[in-house]
Amino acid sequence: MYKILKAELLADKIYLMDVEAPRVAKSCQPGQFVIVKIDDAGERIPLTICDYDAEAGTVTIVFQCVGESTYRMADLKAGDAFEDFTGPLGCPSEWINEDIEELKKKKMLFVAGGVGTAPVYPQVKWLHDHGIDADVIIGAKTKDLIILEKEMEAVAGNLYVTTDDGSYKHKGMVTSVVEELVEAGKQYDQCIAIGPVIMMKFTCLLTKKLGIPTIVSMNPIMVDGTGMCGACRLTVGGEVKFACVDGPEFDGHLVDFDQAMKRQQMYKTEEGRALLRYQEGKTHHGGCGMCGGDE
Amino acid sequence: MAVKRDRVPVREQDPKVRATNFEEVCLGYNEEEAVAEAERCLNCKKPMCVSGCPVNINIPAFIEQVKNRDFEKAAQIIAESSSLPAVCGRVCPQETQCEGKCILGIKGEPVAIGKLERFVADWAREHNIEPVPAKEKKGKKVAVIGSGPAGLTCAGDLAKMGYDVKIFEALHQAGGVLVYGIPEFRLPKDEVVAHEVENVKKLGVEIETNVIVGKTVTIDELLNEEGFDAVFIGSGAGLPKFMGIPGEQANGVFSANEFLTRNNLMKAFREDHDTPIYRGRKVAVVGGGNVAMDAARTALRLGAETHIVYRRSEAELPARVEEVHHAKEEGINFHLLTNPTEILVDDNGWVKGIRCIKMELGEPDASGRRRPIAVPGSEYEIEVDAVIMSLGTSPNPLISSTTEGLEVNKWKCIVADENNGATTKEGVYAGGDAVTGAATVILAMGAGKAAAAGIDEYLSK
Ligand SMILES: Cc1cc2nc3c(=O)[nH]c(=O)nc-3n(C[C@H](O)[C@H](O)[C@H](O)COP(=O)(O)OP(=O)(O)OC[C@H]3O[C@@H](n4cnc5c(N)ncnc54)[C@H](O)[C@@H]3O)c2cc1C
Ligand SMILES: Cc1cc2nc3c(=O)[nH]c(=O)nc-3n(C[C@H](O)[C@H](O)[C@H](O)COP(=O)(O)OP(=O)(O)OC[C@H]3O[C@@H](n4cnc5c(N)ncnc54)[C@H](O)[C@@H]3O)c2cc1C
Ligand code: SF4
Ligand code: SF4
Ligand code: FES
Ligand SMILES: [Mg+2]
Repeated sequence: MYKILKAELLADKIYLMDVEAPRVAKSCQPGQFVIVKIDDAGERIPLTICDYDAEAGTVTIVFQCVGESTYRMADLKAGDAFEDFTGPLGCPSEWINEDIEELKKKKMLFVAGGVGTAPVYPQVKWLHDHGIDADVIIGAKTKDLIILEKEMEAVAGNLYVTTDDGSYKHKGMVTSVVEELVEAGKQYDQCIAIGPVIMMKFTCLLTKKLGIPTIVSMNPIMVDGTGMCGACRLTVGGEVKFACVDGPEFDGHLVDFDQAMKRQQMYKTEEGRALLRYQEGKTHHGGCGMCGGDE
Repeated sequence: MAVKRDRVPVREQDPKVRATNFEEVCLGYNEEEAVAEAERCLNCKKPMCVSGCPVNINIPAFIEQVKNRDFEKAAQIIAESSSLPAVCGRVCPQETQCEGKCILGIKGEPVAIGKLERFVADWAREHNIEPVPAKEKKGKKVAVIGSGPAGLTCAGDLAKMGYDVKIFEALHQAGGVLVYGIPEFRLPKDEVVAHEVENVKKLGVEIETNVIVGKTVTIDELLNEEGFDAVFIGSGAGLPKFMGIPGEQANGVFSANEFLTRNNLMKAFREDHDTPIYRGRKVAVVGGGNVAMDAARTALRLGAETHIVYRRSEAELPARVEEVHHAKEEGINFHLLTNPTEILVDDNGWVKGIRCIKMELGEPDASGRRRPIAVPGSEYEIEVDAVIMSLGTSPNPLISSTTEGLEVNKWKCIVADENNGATTKEGVYAGGDAVTGAATVILAMGAGKAAAAGIDEYLSK
């Protein structure tokens, strides 16, 4: 069992948890992810590593409630435990192995959308710890969905916050901020965009035009996370890649985003039914004839 | 005394009934049936059957004890050579192994060695015959990577010799293909597999799940920081292949590994488990091995009309004869000498069909099997809403790519000495599918055994 030491509500339906997992904490690096399983009946849920403390033996995850499993996770409190917690999975961010002096010469721009802010944080923090200040854009639909702003402020060079509806700071999509920064004369050697697939797609369309190499972190449906099932396959530069072992980070200018978005829909109806079953609990009445609730 | 008569038939669930449930197809022998079948054995002086068994179980000796109704003794004889008899009795390709060599098979039907082995193993389980841990400890530690048949066997043997053994397993449950691949209706998970895993634990073996060697911890860390004196790699051959044909990325196309893992390991077929599975109304399974049969029979049980598409003829089907027979009985449609050329996709990215071409057999290829050649102009379409690719698997490079000094061949199989499992790295041994590529349970066990002996020799120096 993997004990939850802290469980905190960051924003509407977005939770942060510190989990005791010494082996993962000792060997993980920015860009990698874990798979958690709540209990015997649970599914294997991939989540990016948001922070880690090798000495304390803890790993931090941040997740948004979108369906049955993530809602079920939100019910867990400090003191509860996950039955399974495995990792680190996937490859660390590539730039970690770059020569640090070379890296220092590069201007880096991070674009974080929604809960994507969580996986961006350890990367910016790592750079900060190595004496590199990166620019960071955080975008969300609305003010209440902005997370980790203070934490990010402490480690970023410049931080730009934007909301789609203008309820907080800048108004507009993250792409509009990228455009404004570049128009204002900023130059970037590398962009790292993490967030909803649609956001990564449009960011990549823009950075391609602007000539900024861009890394994205893909989140296809996964089962094992070790290369055994192929559920997570994507097309990158015309080749089939397994996101769990070859990624999850890829050259965003080569990823087939439209295909990735379609593949994310794979279990939509099943998942929708499962969520309904969970939310309605024992009061579920069946009647739709679809979910087996009337059997 | 040997009795001349036909093989005692084994009771099975009715095909119509079993096509709708996940309970075991084969019900096995009861005591009377087992004794009657055992009486057919000639107790040969030079038993050919034994040479057909990769772990050389003393077949005539255990069958003799079945005749005598001393089932406990029979179990002990089997245990001298095999630690997973309830599994092997169910899934070994007996017709090409032990039974394929049985003298009675020349003129009639061979002794049902597999069914007898299964009977004895089940009897031992039901009568709580337990393994005995080693009395004297060697004070040395061995790490075993992977809890499939190779790892379990190697670990069990080493523990019996007195080593402290710890298995590291990447998934959340021990058993390897026995839990995630082979379905419940052929190999019951709680009753048989979990019990065999428990037996290995009773010998003193520790199992730590959720550890991916190469990611969570490396082999060098196990040897240099965690104090292990030797390592056995039994990580299997889990990497699925795809065909590379158009449409393969569509929604509704799965590897057999994904489909089977969702169903077996994650229990997606049960309403009370969270993992979803796509059942499909009409499913095509591409391939002809045991894995293809398992995927097809699982899809059938989930409610789909199921079609197997295989590019060679019936004679070349690599699956066990019994599995093909069961699949046919259950109503699976076989499209033999047929090869997919494209998966047809609708506007929303979902599978709507599969285009196939007819094949004919040409000259034998390197494998000795006649090479299938496409018949020009013979293309046709089958309307399906799911396609399951079952084209074989290869070893995962996770371990080899993170272990300095561990040599692999061009198929990414770990290079290891057949006789003792030694790899090119000192203190590191390997066996099973990770070395041979996808093979069989009993061969993996045999390799685990040989490596246990090899490790003992290395650590006794
Ligand atoms: C490498 C990786 C890193 C991720 N990191 C984070 C993170 O840090 N924070 C976060 O909130 N989410 C993250 N996700 C997404 C997260 O795994 C899904 O939101 C979660 O599995 C949804 O489960 P559910 O049962 O609550 O929702 P469901 O109702 O089952 O599904 C809702 C949607 O979530 C996605 N999803 C469902 N099952 C899976 C699965 N097994 N694997 C991947 N996606 C799935 C699908 O797009 C689906 O349509 C990550 C995914 C991947 C692959
Ligand atoms: C669907 C299916 C049906 C089959 N039917 C039959 C049959 O009827 N008869 C028969 O004889 N054979 C059959 N086989 C083949 C047989 O199951 C395999 O040959 C056998 O399981 C190989 O055993 P193994 O111990 O080498 O590997 P596996 O059983 O594959 O076990 C390897 C284990 O290692 C773990 N692992 C992998 N990498 C790591 C890592 N880096 N760190 C930690 N753990 C790791 C895996 O998770 C797995 O649990 C079938 C296979 C499949 C897939
Ligand atoms: S282990 Fe397999 S090959 Fe050996 S006797 Fe048993 S069924 Fe036959
Ligand atoms: S070859 Fe057949 S008859 Fe002879 S000992 Fe073996 S099982 Fe018995
Ligand atoms: S999640 Fe199974 S191969 Fe990537
Ligand atoms: Mg879900």
